[in-house]
Amino acid sequence: MAGMSGKRLQKELAKIQGVLPPGITLVSAPDLQTWHMDLRILDNPLYPPHDHYRLKFSFSKNYPIEAPEVVFLRLTTDPRRDIPIHPHIYSNGIICLDLLDAQGWSPVHNVESICISIQSMLASNTKDERPPGDAEFVRSNRARPRDINFLYHDPSV
Amino acid sequence: MPIATRKRKADSTTASADATSEPQRKLTKVSKALQKDSISQEQAALPATPQTLTSDKGMDSDDDFNSVASSMDLGEEMSSSVDFGAGESDVDIDDDYQDDGAFDATAKDLAPKRKHFEVEFKVYSPQDIQSQQDTQIAEVANLLEQPSEATAILLRHTRWNKERLIEQYMDNQEQMLDKAGLGQEINQNPPRVVVKNGFTCDICCEDGPGLETFAMNCNHRFCTDCYRQYLTQKIKDEGEAARIKCPGDGCRKIIDAKSLDLLVPNELTDRYHQLLMRTYVDDKESLKWCPAPNCVYAVECGVKKRDLNKIVPTVHCECKQSFCFGCTLPDHQPCPCVLVKRWIKKCEDDSETANWISANTKECPKCNSTIEKNGGCNHMTCRKCKNEFCWMCMGLWSEHGTSWYNCNRFEERSGTDARDAQAKSRQSLERYLHYYNRYANHEQSARLDKDIFHKTERKMTLLQSTSGMSWIEVQFMEAASQALQQCRQTLKWTYAFAYYLARNNQTEIFEDNQKDLEMAVENLSEMFEKPTDQLAGLKVEMMDKTTYCMRRRVILLDDTAKNLKEETWKFNVELR
Ligand SMILES: [Zn+2]
Ligand SMILES: [Zn+2]
Ligand SMILES: [Zn+2]
Ligand SMILES: [Zn+2]
Ligand SMILES: [Zn+2]
Ligand SMILES: [Zn+2]
Repeated sequence: MAGMSGKRLQKELAKIQGVLPPGITLVSAPDLQTWHMDLRILDNPLYPPHDHYRLKFSFSKNYPIEAPEVVFLRLTTDPRRDIPIHPHIYSNGIICLDLLDAQGWSPVHNVESICISIQSMLASNTKDERPPGDAEFVRSNRARPRDINFLYHDPSV
Repeated sequence: MPIATRKRKADSTTASADATSEPQRKLTKVSKALQKDSISQEQAALPATPQTLTSDKGMDSDDDFNSVASSMDLGEEMSSSVDFGAGESDVDIDDDYQDDGAFDATAKDLAPKRKHFEVEFKVYSPQDIQSQQDTQIAEVANLLEQPSEATAILLRHTRWNKERLIEQYMDNQEQMLDKAGLGQEINQNPPRVVVKNGFTCDICCEDGPGLETFAMNCNHRFCTDCYRQYLTQKIKDEGEAARIKCPGDGCRKIIDAKSLDLLVPNELTDRYHQLLMRTYVDDKESLKWCPAPNCVYAVECGVKKRDLNKIVPTVHCECKQSFCFGCTLPDHQPCPCVLVKRWIKKCEDDSETANWISANTKECPKCNSTIEKNGGCNHMTCRKCKNEFCWMCMGLWSEHGTSWYNCNRFEERSGTDARDAQAKSRQSLERYLHYYNRYANHEQSARLDKDIFHKTERKMTLLQSTSGMSWIEVQFMEAASQALQQCRQTLKWTYAFAYYLARNNQTEIFEDNQKDLEMAVENLSEMFEKPTDQLAGLKVEMMDKTTYCMRRRVILLDDTAKNLKEETWKFNVELR
C-alpha cells in the first residue's frame, strides 16, 4: 500500500487550485512531497493585513495517515517573509500545535484545514510574544518537529 | 528538552475535546470511590474467606508463586500487612496477592530460610504471561457468564482490576458493558465491513463503486484500506493497542477488540497481541518488565510501594540483569530507593564540585609525581619513589588493614572548629566528598576490573591453546571478576547509604562490615591484576578470596536489610 499519499494529494491539489478561503494562497506544489502556502491574517492588528507568511508542508508516503510536517519559513530575498510572532510559534518556524502531532492528528485533516487552523490561531492571538525558552530551543533543537515532545496542551492560549 | 510550552489546541478540535474530558474526569472520581469501597470490603472479608485460586497457572512451581506475599517476612509487623493504613493514598490492592497470601503455610515452612535482603520473585516468559491472562480471563468469564472474548475486553477496560470489574459489573451490568464498548448495540450489530456505492472516503478520496467501508457506532466511516493503514500506523509505529481512537477528527471513541480483530492486518496480529500483553504487565503493580534492553521477560514480586522504606527488593532476571523491583534501576542494595533517588539527584546537582575527584590521575602524596589509576585496586605504588599509598584516602597503605585505620569512615571534626557558617558548610562539603569519592571510586573500579578481565580472558584463551589448560580450568577468573563487580556494586551503594545515615550504636557495626568487605575486595582486586603468567599458580587462593568476598557481602547486606526492616537505622533525612 506504499504511496497512498499520491491520489489524495492530487485530489487536494485539484481542489486547492480552485477556490480557497480568503487569506490562503497556494504558492507552489512542484511535486507530491513539498508544498508552499502563503497566509494572511485579516483582522488582527498584530499582523498587518498585507503581510504574508510562508508555510512549508512536507508529506511522507504515509500521508494522510501520518501528519505532514508544517513549518513557517523566513525568506530574506524578494518576496520577504517573516515568521509570525505567537506564543506557540518558535522563531525558527516550528509550530506547537496539537493537530500536527500523532496524538492530535486525524487523517481527515488536509492542507486546507491545517491552513485554516493556523490562520485562526493567529487571528485570535493577543500576545505579541514568542514561546518561553524560545532562544534556548532555537539554539539547541536538532529534532524534526514531529519528534519533539511538547509538554503541555493548553487550549486557552 | 528545554521547552515547556503549552501546546495550543486547534480550534476545530477544542470544542469536542472539552466536551468529552468532563465526563471522563467524573468517571475517575466515581471509580476512585468504588476502589475505596472495595478496600474496606477487602479488609473485612480477607481473614474470613481466604479464596483458593486455580493452581493451573502454567508455571513450574506454584508454591513459589503463592507464597510470595505471605512469606515476604518483613519482620513482626508484617503479620498485619493486610491491614492497609487508613491514610494510605496509593490504592494498590491486588487480589491475587491478597488471596494467595492467606494460605499455604506449609510451602513457607518447608522452604529454606531466606536472607533478610532477599525477596521472593518470579520471572515470566511471554508465554507465561499469556497463560496468566488466559487463566484470569477464564476465571472471570465463568463468574460473569460472559464469553471469554468479551471478558478480556472488560478486564483490559478496568486495567486488570478484577475486584473493581466484578463490583461495577454486578452494580450495573448494562452500563459496564456500554463503557467497555460491548453494549447491546454491539451485540446486535457486530462490527462488519460494508460495501457502499457513491461513498467518498475522507482519508484517501477514493469514491469508486464497490468500495469496502467501515465505521463504529460513532458513524465516522472510512474505506477499509484507510482504516487498516491507520491501525498499522498506530500499532507498528506508535506502539498502541488497547486504546486506539477512531480516526475521525476529534472523536474519542476507542476502537473495540472486535473491530480490531476484523481490521488488523494479518501480519500485525503478533505485534498487536504483544502490545496487548505489555498493557497487562503495565497495568499490574506486582509485575514489571525487565529493564534490560531487548529483554522479553517480566518479573513478579509482591513488594509494594509502601514497603520500599523497609526493603530493597532486588530481583534477578533470566537474562542475568539484577534490578530493583521498586524503581527498576540496577541493583542498589543496601540503599533504599528514596535515598538512591536523592543521592543521584545530589550527585547531578553537585557534579561540578565532584568531578575533579573521580579523575583518573592524582599526585603521589610523597613526591608529587603524577599517577594514573589503570586497575581497579586502590593499592597504589608510586613508580618514582616507591611510596605505597591508598588511592582513596591517600594515606599509607601499610596502615590499611590495621584495626585502628578507617578509610571508609568520615571522621566528624570536633564541634569547636565548625562553629561559624563557613566552617560548617566546608565540613558538610567535605563530608559529601568523602562519601562521593568512595562511591565514584567503586563505580570506576568496577569498570577497570572488567577491562582487566577482558584482557585476561584473551590471554587465557591464548594460554589454553599453548599450555593445554582447559576452558573450565580458567573459569575461576570469570568467578572472581563477577564477584568483584557485584561487591563493588554493593560497596558503591553503601557509601550513598552511609551519607544519609545518622550515627547511632548500629552504625559502627555497619562501618565494620563495610570495611571488611572493602578490604576483601581490595585483596581480590590486587590479586586479579597480577600478570597472567602468575595467575595459574594463584588459582586456589583466588577462589578462596572470591568465596570470602561473597560471604562478606552477604553478611553486610543481611545486617543492613535486617535493621532496615526493623527500622533501627536513623537517617538524617526523611525517608520520603
Ligand atoms: Zn469516530
Ligand atoms: Zn480511504
Ligand atoms: Zn531480563
Ligand atoms: Zn530501587
Ligand atoms: Zn612518589
Ligand atoms: Zn584508604
